[in-house]
Formats: sequence, structure tokens, C-alpha cells
Amino acid sequence: MSAPALAARGLAKSFGSLVAASDINIELPQGVRYALIGPNGAGKTTLINLMTGMLRPDAGRILLDDADITALPPDQRVRRGLVRTYQINSLFPHLTALESVTLAVCERSRAAQTWWRELSAYPREIEEAYAILCSLKLDSVCHRLTRELAYGQQRLLEIALALATRPKVLLLDEPAAGVPREESTELFAAIAGLSRDITVLFIEHDMELVFRFATRIIVMVGGRVLVEGTAHEIAADTRVRAVYLGRAVSKMPASAPGLLHG
Amino acid sequence: MALAEKASAPLLHLRAQARWRPAEIAFWLAALLSYALFPNYLSLASQIAIAGMFALSLDLIVGYAGIVSLGHAAFFGLGAYTAGLLSKHGWGEPLSGLAAAAGAAGIVGYATSFVICRFRHLALIMLTLGFGLLLAELANSLGWLTGGMDGLQGIHTWKLLSYFHFDLYGYTAFGYALAVLFVVYLFARRLIHSPFGLSLRGIRENFLRMPAIGAPSRSHIRTIYTIAAAIAGIAGALLTQTTETVSLDSLDLSRSADVLVMLVLGGAGRLYGGLVGAVIYLVARDQFSGIAPQYWYFWIGLLLVAVVVLLPDGILGGLAKLASRWSRS
Repeated sequence: MSAPALAARGLAKSFGSLVAASDINIELPQGVRYALIGPNGAGKTTLINLMTGMLRPDAGRILLDDADITALPPDQRVRRGLVRTYQINSLFPHLTALESVTLAVCERSRAAQTWWRELSAYPREIEEAYAILCSLKLDSVCHRLTRELAYGQQRLLEIALALATRPKVLLLDEPAAGVPREESTELFAAIAGLSRDITVLFIEHDMELVFRFATRIIVMVGGRVLVEGTAHEIAADTRVRAVYLGRAVSKMPASAPGLLHG
Repeated sequence: MALAEKASAPLLHLRAQARWRPAEIAFWLAALLSYALFPNYLSLASQIAIAGMFALSLDLIVGYAGIVSLGHAAFFGLGAYTAGLLSKHGWGEPLSGLAAAAGAAGIVGYATSFVICRFRHLALIMLTLGFGLLLAELANSLGWLTGGMDGLQGIHTWKLLSYFHFDLYGYTAFGYALAVLFVVYLFARRLIHSPFGLSLRGIRENFLRMPAIGAPSRSHIRTIYTIAAAIAGIAGALLTQTTETVSLDSLDLSRSADVLVMLVLGGAGRLYGGLVGAVIYLVARDQFSGIAPQYWYFWIGLLLVAVVVLLPDGILGGLAKLASRWSRS
């Protein structure tokens, strides 16, 4: 079996007395769709911040394709294929959708280092950006300023920016946050349609979406990984049920195992 | 076939954005016309061209990369003294003087950029201010080199291209300043429409997002800071060569502040903002100070407050908004 696409070994992070992550060991095999779930404050976003280098861990290592990337700054991790999106839109308000994605493509292809040639001298980059926008059905609004896009379109643009970097591992922090239900299913369908060469981990609170789109699930509680397993195993796990029943009854559908069949 | 056509549409759209607009051509023709229209104001016109170039260089970092500087005069002064010292010690050839000034300012810009690229916002304003004050005080204390308070004496600029003599009326000076400004403008324009220019806009729009798309923001900032410093150096050298004097004014904090005011008046982040700002600022100063010199800063203060409150994107930004509203209705 090949090396995991992404692995964390003994990751730990504390903010003062608050333990945000403690002894986290996970392995994401190539091409798998992972969901990262857990109650608010469980440390899910912290884990993404640690793995992408936005935060420095107090202890532990991060391996991308078996290479230790713990010491690399965020932009170099992106260059190696570890890419994230944000829970709250973090976009370029006064760039058009096409300009934003072209910017990301140019950074990847290193065209962004050139200041003596016009952007239109890089048709390959522009076409690639356009193709990404097409694949997410954003082509009709590609010349609109980002801030003028509908909220759901901005969520898709987040993903488009990530795709422009040609990720190997994609970490999506609540990709459907704030998107109405019918649109969030569509958004997840787009994620499910991504190439199988990309390993995906997403944070999501909607259990129906989690069980529908994840092949495996990681449950975090209080900065620790409680359990990892297939959707089936997680739905049947009594500890998981206890966590969710103890915190927020409404979030864990009682019929979760049933959903798997229906 | 249809697919190929569709695919090239975004390319054409982006190319069209970089095309020369009629207003742009009109601006440069008008600048050239000032020869005929204001023959008595040519020295003012050269000053405007030089200040415009200085403001353009500031626009590259403030307006495009979001790096606010309150010490940009350091590079202007460096260029001014480089050209002045060269000339004083026997080399008054103007074009090579410009190149030397650009080199000197660029090298210092590059060296300081390693610190600059690590900071944002208020810390950055204080840092650039600090560098500016440092350099001004250094020039003041190195009297044997810079002439201190008295300025540099004995500067003589040779004939331009060994042909055009720098005359008393400022014909050559204005032509020279305008031509250099135009070349610098073409350069800046190309840079803004390049992939690198797009990255600068990305840095301005969302600095924190840039690493997440794999962008080495710090190296981008170092590049543009160096380029902006070199252009400011050219502007400073032009002032030295056309006036044949250099004084500590060229490094003064008030020069850093003035150029920021010009940029804000005209509109940052639109290439012409600095040029239009320089025209308004210097013409207004010329007119107002003719009426009541002591009140000059009162009027510029009033203008600044009015523009910032009413036209947050500067005068050009206001005009652009007006134009788009007009074309829509």
C-alpha cells in the first residue's frame, strides 16, 4: 500500500490553558473523501490551521506524501499540494472571478513572477482558470467582481481558488457554511465530482451531507480524535452518539444509520 | 471551432482591459500641449512631471500592493543626491545620472525591503517614517558629502544627448522630464497589467489569503518595493538635473507627506491618480500661494478633507463613478 496522502503524528497545540489539539494521529489515504466532525470547539479548524501551517504546532509532525512538512511556511505547503479553503469567505472582493482564479493559476505556474509581459501573453493560464470556473458553473459570472457574486457563488469561488493550485490534498473548512440546504447539496455534488487524484477532507455539521458524501469520518472532541472509521462504524458508535446526544440532540439524526440505506 | 471561440473569450476580455483608452491618449497630448499653452509656466510643468513620477512610484506600493509608506522621500532624496554628487564630481551626463540614481535608490530599497515585507499597517507606516528620518538625519550630519544645510553646490548638467542645452526658460527641462515620465509610465503600465501586477492587487485585496493560494507575498513585496524605490530615485535625479541644486528638502518628511497627499487627492491604485494629483496639488499651490502664501496649507487641508470624505477613491475614482453612472442611464 502506498504512503498516506497526508498524515499527522502526535500533533498538539495549546492556547494558554486551552488545549486545542492534543496527540492527534491521523492518516488520509490517497483519494479518500473524509469528513471531520465534532461539536463546536472540538478543534476541527485548529487542526486544519496546523496542517496547512497557519498555526505552528507545539509538538508533532505533519507528513505530506511521506515528506515532513512541519517546518514549511503555508505558501510552500500549497506548492506541494496541501491546500485549504476557509469557513468564512476569504476572497479578493475587487477582483473578478476570472482574475482571482487566474491569479492563483499564475502563482502556481510561476507566471506571477513576471512583470515585463502582459497577462494576455499567458493564454494557457487564463484558459485553465476559465476551465475551472466552467467546471463549477461559474463561467457565466466570471467577469463580475467577487463582491457582487451571490453568496453560494462565492463559496464555489473558494473551491475554484483551491483547485487552481492543483491540490493533492484539499482541506475544506465548512464549504457549505451559510449556504441554503438545496444549494449545499449541489455544492457537495461538485466536491464529490472532483478528480479521485485529490484527497479531500471536509468539516461539515450537517450529518445528512456527511453520511452522503464521506467515505470515512473522523470525530473530534475536546482537541482529541475520538474515533475514526467508515460512515457505518461511526453511526453505530456509542461514544459518538453520547457526544452528540450530550451536546446537541438535533444535530445527530436518530435515523443516521437509516440514511445510509435510503 | 465554436469551443475554441468560446475559450478565447476570457482572454480577449482581459486583453481589452489593458488597451489604451481615449482619455489616456488625451492626457498625454494635453501634457505635450502645455508647451504651447503655458510657455511661461514650463518650470512649474517640469515640477509637476517630476512630482507626478514620484507619486506614480508611491502608487505602485500604496495603491497596488497596499503598503502605506510615510518615508518615500528617502528614495527621492537618494536619487537626487546621487545625480548631484556625480555631477559635482565631474560627470554631468543626464541619462547615465538617472541610471545611477535608479541603481542607488533601488539597492537601498531592496536592502530595506527585507524588513518592510514583514510588517503591515501602522507598524509599516512607522517603519518607513523611521527609515526616512534616519536617512534625512544622515544626510544632514554628513556635511562634507552632502553640503548639509547649504545643499550641494556646483552641480552642472551636461547637454541632453549632447545636443539639447538646458535653457533658462525650461524648454529642455520640461521636454526631458515629460519624456522620462512617459517612459516610466509605460513601464509601470506594463507592470500593472502583468501577472505580477495581478498578484499585487491580490496582496492589496486580501493579504492573508495569498499564502493559501501558494503565493510568496513577501518576495512580491520585495520586488515592487525595490522597483518603486528606483523610480522615486529617478524622479529625485530629474529634479537635481533640471534645477541644478540639491538640498535636504529632497529627503524631508514633508516631501513624503506631500506625495502621499497628491496620491490620495488623485486616487490611489489607478496609475493616473498620482499624475492628476500632482497637477492639482502643484497648480493649486502655485495659485493659492500667489494670493496668500501663509494660508496655503489651510486650502490644501480643506481640499484633502473634502476629497477623502466625499470621494474616498480620489478625484479620478469620483470621475470614474460618475462616468459609469452616466453611461448606465
